[in-house]
Amino acid sequence: MNKNVERLYNGIIKENPTFVLMLGMCPTLAVTSSAINGLGMGLSTTVVLILSNLLISAFRKVIPNGVRMPAYIVIVASLVTIVQFVMEAYTPSLSASLGVYIPLIVVNCIILGRAESYASKNPIVLSIFDGIGMGLGFTVGLTSIGLVREFLGAGQLFGHQVLSLDWFTPITIFVMAPGAFLVLAFLVAGMNIIRKKMDAKGKPLAAPSGCLTGDCASCGQSAMCTGKKAKTE
Amino acid sequence: MSDLYHVSSSPHVRDKDTTSKIMLYVIIALLPASIFGIINFGLHALLLILVTIASCVASEWIFEKIVHKKSTINDLSAVVTGLLLALNLPPTLPWWEAVIGGVFAIVIVKMLFGGLGQNFMNPALGARCFLLIAFAADMTKFAFDGVTGATPLAQIRAGEDVNVMDMLIGRTAGTIGETSVICILIGAIFLILMGVIDLRIPATYIITFVIFILLFGGHGFDGNYIAAQLCGGGLMLGAFFMATDYVTSPITPTGKIIFGICLGVLTGLFRVCGANAEGVSFAIILSNLLVPIIEKFTVPKAFGQVKEVKKDE
Repeated sequence: MNKNVERLYNGIIKENPTFVLMLGMCPTLAVTSSAINGLGMGLSTTVVLILSNLLISAFRKVIPNGVRMPAYIVIVASLVTIVQFVMEAYTPSLSASLGVYIPLIVVNCIILGRAESYASKNPIVLSIFDGIGMGLGFTVGLTSIGLVREFLGAGQLFGHQVLSLDWFTPITIFVMAPGAFLVLAFLVAGMNIIRKKMDAKGKPLAAPSGCLTGDCASCGQSAMCTGKKAKTE
Repeated sequence: MSDLYHVSSSPHVRDKDTTSKIMLYVIIALLPASIFGIINFGLHALLLILVTIASCVASEWIFEKIVHKKSTINDLSAVVTGLLLALNLPPTLPWWEAVIGGVFAIVIVKMLFGGLGQNFMNPALGARCFLLIAFAADMTKFAFDGVTGATPLAQIRAGEDVNVMDMLIGRTAGTIGETSVICILIGAIFLILMGVIDLRIPATYIITFVIFILLFGGHGFDGNYIAAQLCGGGLMLGAFFMATDYVTSPITPTGKIIFGICLGVLTGLFRVCGANAEGVSFAIILSNLLVPIIEKFTVPKAFGQVKEVKKDE
């Protein structure tokens, strides 16, 4: 497979940040009360992610190792500020409904995670595709959670009333906080079923590595990691 | 070879009680309140009770079919869950919402956590709170004698006078099974006499609640107010039938008392300071979550156990 395409596949399916890596849970749970919010959050994160991967990859030989985290934060924060101003100017209602979660993209662990584990070690083009893949994976995750929540909680899809309120009583819990947890849990369970089925068929999806550093020895999550076995054995 | 010499691992002394027998006792104990609810609120209440029980039993059976587990519907626990849930629903609720509640209680609160004995909160109350948040309008619409009206608790909150005698008998608005204190107490006495429930939890619950209401209720020592708070809402049903659920209440004697105190304080807090007039179900499921911690700190001393002395080093 073409390496660039492989990056896209990796981000959207194999290491989907929402359903497989479980990264960026805060916006995932907080802003997905409707599909359009999920889509907006996902796309703005994607833009920041692509640009930050690009810049960090370009500067990877210049940034001293000791201060790499502050350097990444400065790059990401500048990008987020630009995105925030653009959104305030052109999509004010979306910007209002996403609220504080747009500035919070700065500390989104997907972005810092990709910067640390991928962009800081790989060439520019691959890093861009990694950003596109991861960003789209995040967008798909958020939009699908938003779709389910909006459909059950308000009978709407992307703001259009599809279930008539004449006979449909909205299950409002789904647009509230507990609904986010319920829907996320069921979608992750569904993803795991697919994973198991593929295993049984003999075409296993590669185990998620979820590494931030690629260094198993110092990783705090190595106890429950499924990716490390392949490396050590 | 005689069974007498057959050595198996402990426990060697077994009680004759089985899960289904205890569940049957609970169902019998709930019958007075259920029958009164049906007489009080009419046939739709009966329909709700039947639909909820059917939904609970069916979802347990279907879930166990799907995951290839042995069917456990014969232990009657799903019937108890369904009945308790129905008794906690307003009599005017659309039947399909009751079905969703039953599915939620069994599949999400009970089976996904491992089935009977593993659930971390009372399935019936978990489902009631789910419905309360999901269908807030339908779940807070109470009607009595065909007239939509406030529950006695809401009336007390609004500063109106309530008739405590009516509340004792149950001729008030409320959920299907909570209105008649007398019917609930008949069932509770039956359960206590049969040794199914332990008086520690309900007693400490009610005493703590009364003390809390005395101190913070804002009415001082007003007998009518306290009696109305005790008889109103789901306090009695919750104290005797839901807080005493074996799975979700502490097993240690001291733990039971602490659990009862938590319940009383939380219920009082919700009723006095909360946005709703009622707070029993939220108090019980919140306390359910505390049970593992309570049990951890109240392990009784085993016979002959000596407290470990710290050595000076």
